Amino acid sequence: MIGKRECNFEVSAKEGTMTVIFDGEIDHHSAVLVRSEIDAKIYELRPKRIVLDLSHINFMDSSGLGLVMGRYALAEKLGAEFQIINPTERALKIFELAGLGRIINVKKEEKK
Amino acid sequence: MIKCDNRGITVRETVASRVINEMNLRLPSLSVNESVARSVCASFCAQLDPTATEIADIKCAVSEAVTNAIVHGYRDGVGTIYINVRVYEERVVRIDIRDKGCGIDDVKRARQPLFTTDAENERSGMGFTVMESFCDSVKVASRIGKGTTVTLIKRFSERAI
Repeated sequence: MIGKRECNFEVSAKEGTMTVIFDGEIDHHSAVLVRSEIDAKIYELRPKRIVLDLSHINFMDSSGLGLVMGRYALAEKLGAEFQIINPTERALKIFELAGLGRIINVKKEEKK
Repeated sequence: MIKCDNRGITVRETVASRVINEMNLRLPSLSVNESVARSVCASFCAQLDPTATEIADIKCAVSEAVTNAIVHGYRDGVGTIYINVRVYEERVVRIDIRDKGCGIDDVKRARQPLFTTDAENERSGMGFTVMESFCDSVKVASRIGKGTTVTLIKRFSERAI
């Protein structure tokens, strides 16, 4: 019951890599709010690599999976690499249930 | 194995027959209420002193069921979602999430992983699979034009006194 309710994100771009750092909860409500803004940034920056940083997410359900899959599809379409950073065990479990455990590039990093 | 009959709820050889607490919640099917529903259900289940994982399981499962009612059940408007949480002795929780929306015409198909009737909106089709993964039992009753009730049952592990 602690932590931010809504979902915020920051985009940083460096050397062709666009990193989206999420903060808060990703559910259907917040996924709908953030996805078109993220896509607008992707189209604006045309990165070679898209990274979604989930280190500061305190809730995710299968709508978060949908958000990730949608951005992955866009990355594929634009020929960009795609990576997830620091999903929780629970988020990873959800990816695995969908058969994406092997497909999506996942990285664990020191939390900043 | 899970059974619900007039003896009570049987979860892994334990029969829980007495309801020790109960809560009813009605919310309009606005997506902002997904967070409300999971927080309220988690708060109510806290009386059983579940582990952090078990509470997170409940939040996730409730979020999935409520999202289904919002996105699918009441896809063309706003309706009421009825949530009933019953805490049984033997550390069993039963959560019913009901809508009076459009209903599911093929429940078996709806429960298949990755099946969705709303792919354009990035629905992953994993809602029921996630519920099943984090609960001991998920039952779905639905009638076209009448609505859907999802029943989640979870037994929390024993706690050291």
